[in-house]
Amino acid sequence: MNPSLNLWLIPILPLAGAAINGFLGKKSSRTAVTTIALFFSGAAFAMALWVAVRFSSLSLPYEEYLAHWIRAGSFSADFAFYLDQLSLVMLLVVTGVGFLIHIYSVGYMWDDPSYYRFFSYLNLFMFFMLTLVLANNYLLMFIGWEGVGLASYLLIGFWFTKDSAASAGKKAFIVNRIGDFGFLIALFLLIQHFGTLNFDAVFQGVVPLGPETMGAGLLTAIGILLMLGACGKSAQIPLYIWLPDAMEGPTPVSALIHAATMVTAGVYMVSRSHVIFDRAPIALSVVAIIGTLTAFFAATIGIAQTDIKKVLAYSTVSQLGYMFMACGVGAFSAGIFHLMTHAFFKGLLFLGAGSVIHAVGGEQDMRKMGGLRLYAPWTFLTMTIATLAIAGIPPLAGFFSKDEILWRAYSSEHGSWIFWLIGVLTAFITSFYMFRLWFLTFLGDYRGGEAVETADGHGSAHGHGNKNDGHGLPHESPMVMIVPLAILAVLSFVGGWVGIGNRFENFIAPVFRAGAVAATETAAEAAGHLEFYLMLVSVAAAFLGLYLAYLLYHKREDLPQKIADSLGGFYQAIVHKYYIDELYAALFVKPLIDGSTRILWHDVDQKVIDASVNDSADGARRASDEVRHMQSGNIRSYAGWIAAGSALVIAFMIWMGVR
Amino acid sequence: MNFHLILFLAFGAVCVGGAINLLAQRHPINSALSLIAVMAALAGEYLLLGAEFVAAVQVIVYAGAIMVLFVFVIMLLNAGEEEHTGGSRIAILLGVPGMLTGSVLTAWVVLRHSGTQSVPIGALPGSPRDIAQLLFHDFLLPFEVTSVLILIAIMGAVVLASKPEVPAGEGER
Amino acid sequence: MTSSYVPLSYYLLLSGFLFACGVAGFIIKRNIISIFMSIELMLNGVNLSFVAFAAHWHALAGQIFVFFVMVVAAAEAAVGLAIIIAVYRTRETLNVDQVNLLKL
Repeated sequence: MNPSLNLWLIPILPLAGAAINGFLGKKSSRTAVTTIALFFSGAAFAMALWVAVRFSSLSLPYEEYLAHWIRAGSFSADFAFYLDQLSLVMLLVVTGVGFLIHIYSVGYMWDDPSYYRFFSYLNLFMFFMLTLVLANNYLLMFIGWEGVGLASYLLIGFWFTKDSAASAGKKAFIVNRIGDFGFLIALFLLIQHFGTLNFDAVFQGVVPLGPETMGAGLLTAIGILLMLGACGKSAQIPLYIWLPDAMEGPTPVSALIHAATMVTAGVYMVSRSHVIFDRAPIALSVVAIIGTLTAFFAATIGIAQTDIKKVLAYSTVSQLGYMFMACGVGAFSAGIFHLMTHAFFKGLLFLGAGSVIHAVGGEQDMRKMGGLRLYAPWTFLTMTIATLAIAGIPPLAGFFSKDEILWRAYSSEHGSWIFWLIGVLTAFITSFYMFRLWFLTFLGDYRGGEAVETADGHGSAHGHGNKNDGHGLPHESPMVMIVPLAILAVLSFVGGWVGIGNRFENFIAPVFRAGAVAATETAAEAAGHLEFYLMLVSVAAAFLGLYLAYLLYHKREDLPQKIADSLGGFYQAIVHKYYIDELYAALFVKPLIDGSTRILWHDVDQKVIDASVNDSADGARRASDEVRHMQSGNIRSYAGWIAAGSALVIAFMIWMGVR
Repeated sequence: MNFHLILFLAFGAVCVGGAINLLAQRHPINSALSLIAVMAALAGEYLLLGAEFVAAVQVIVYAGAIMVLFVFVIMLLNAGEEEHTGGSRIAILLGVPGMLTGSVLTAWVVLRHSGTQSVPIGALPGSPRDIAQLLFHDFLLPFEVTSVLILIAIMGAVVLASKPEVPAGEGER
Repeated sequence: MTSSYVPLSYYLLLSGFLFACGVAGFIIKRNIISIFMSIELMLNGVNLSFVAFAAHWHALAGQIFVFFVMVVAAAEAAVGLAIIIAVYRTRETLNVDQVNLLKL
């Protein structure tokens, strides 16, 4: 038996931090709040490291039971935790990147009046995410799932006094909810057919069902519904619309939640459910198609955006599409690998963008940046590494993971060259827009507004997220923000090297081998040369993107405008994100609001409910108005009433007596 | 045809006539006088039933005191003939049919259950001795209470009917 | 005396008739004093039925009750007439339709 690792501490520690900061933070000093927040998230990270160290001595999967939860007839779900290679990877990513971002946020949010609230929410998010990752049953995972949605809402709308931020928070939560609906239906189906939501129990029940058996339809349905949930949480078509708007939140939030961890929950969930997906080829195809389309679609939007964070947002959507493409062709380990490297370089990109925004005093429009390599050298260096990584240029991390995905997309038995081709095109576009960002932001001359030299240019409080004209020249960020950037840059550089020689894949393979359909893995090994050539193609695509960006945004800076003008309407469509938000508004939001107003409000609420209440009061009043006339003050009419009444009484008594 | 019945019918006719006359007359003094006639006839009925003490009290108290009081007040207030004002329609509309219905029903019940019960003349002699025996033994408490009641009524009548007080300041002149 | 009797129902009918006349007077008459006299008529009718039943059932308590009814009628007449006088003082009229302030 395994010795107890006290896994439950890992989620609970950040929860404690959230509670302490939430209740006591308002009156505490910044130092106290910082200490609490960093201590608890750091403790979680330390525990995760310790678990990793002990990992090889464990017998897997390691399950730890904390407490009873639900016992309803034959159905039971408990507070219990589950550890295997997959959850270990997720654990390390979440706690590690999370801790780094906590450190970064100390510097970024220092001047914010709601400093304590930010860290309380951040810790709360860590708690939910860790619950999601460590859960041993779908129900506990769903709690984490919903909880990270809540934390996302709270953090996106952190500056809730701003209308756009509040709306973005609502949008994120509502769109997530739509996905959760699919997730819930899938859970119901699981309960109905397997009687449990425990991972091991469910997967054991699923194993006998295969693509040719009776249960295939059920598994396909479950798979597609789970994918719907993942679309909501991980911003895939058609539910990706909340992620660009989520950039209203502070940049550390974008880094942690919308790049490294929360949005990857969908990928984790799909990977965890691989046993189901392996036996439902249609569902797998759906996953792959959605992922591929999203990757390409989002990349095309990214090339025209001018807000630095929006570019990164669409980039995230696109990279998530890659991960789902990987899962969809059965290469779950490649998807998780890319998840890990993406956490490194996308987290770095966002943190770097935050540093850039901090440097130029709140401006987010790239057209007003430029030349920042001189003013913020550390930021420049780390962002360069990140851009190279995401473009997939060897030997950085992104190259290894992206290449693995592309190769699997081509060669896997569920894959096809179409996936590969679209993937390569997307890689080209990705490289292009990332280097476009790089050129616009760091190279060239500083185009930022009237650099008014005020006497207190540097000492004034920076309104992060607001424009501050009287800022002075751009400047580098404080050390507390640079150090996490540097650490992530190192990870972005070397993080992919665990993929060399299939080391990562072999490490995580036992998870995906368990319960997998007997796959023809041998065919993949035989085509070693083909893999090499395809890798060359994808690297070439990356360099081509770099060159094009260099051409358009450094050499001949007049070209982009000319191209945009010549493309006319098509360009406008891209800039306006293909008008998808407007389409959804017209298709879903407006009818819903109209129906609600006209039917539910006017007809039901006002005419039926209000009317029944008002009319009964009215009726009582009118009735009493009529009866009032009895009290006329006229004595003779009283006598008349009395006589009539007594006659009635006499009649009644006689009738009773006669009966 | 027995003597009892003839006497009963005679007194009864006076009662009925007096009652109808009370309704028919416009001037209250006429109504008062017919009411006195009714009471006198009723005293006769009581005698037929053997209630001699009650008959005497009826004449002395009711006809002799109460009706005198009524006549005093009519004279005092110089009540004139009734005018025909609009009045209350409800009273006529509801009251008269109601009253008629009630009385018809009551009469019907009485007649249904009357059978051959009859009351012989002088059936229950109510001599003062017997009345006093009952009044001062079994009904002593109500008797005392009614005396208190009369006292209160006297005080009430005096207070209500007295002239309103003259304000103190004007009493000097 | 062989057949000198009167059926009880005759007395009761007479009593009921007097009572009905009293109610009718109460409803029809407009002069307050006339209404009072109708009340006295009603009481008299009731007294007759009491005495008749007392004779029928040989219960002298019926006559005692008549006694009390008379006492109460006297007290009520006294107070009532005093009220009428007071009302007449303020309102200068004996028409009951004019005394109608106690209304909604």
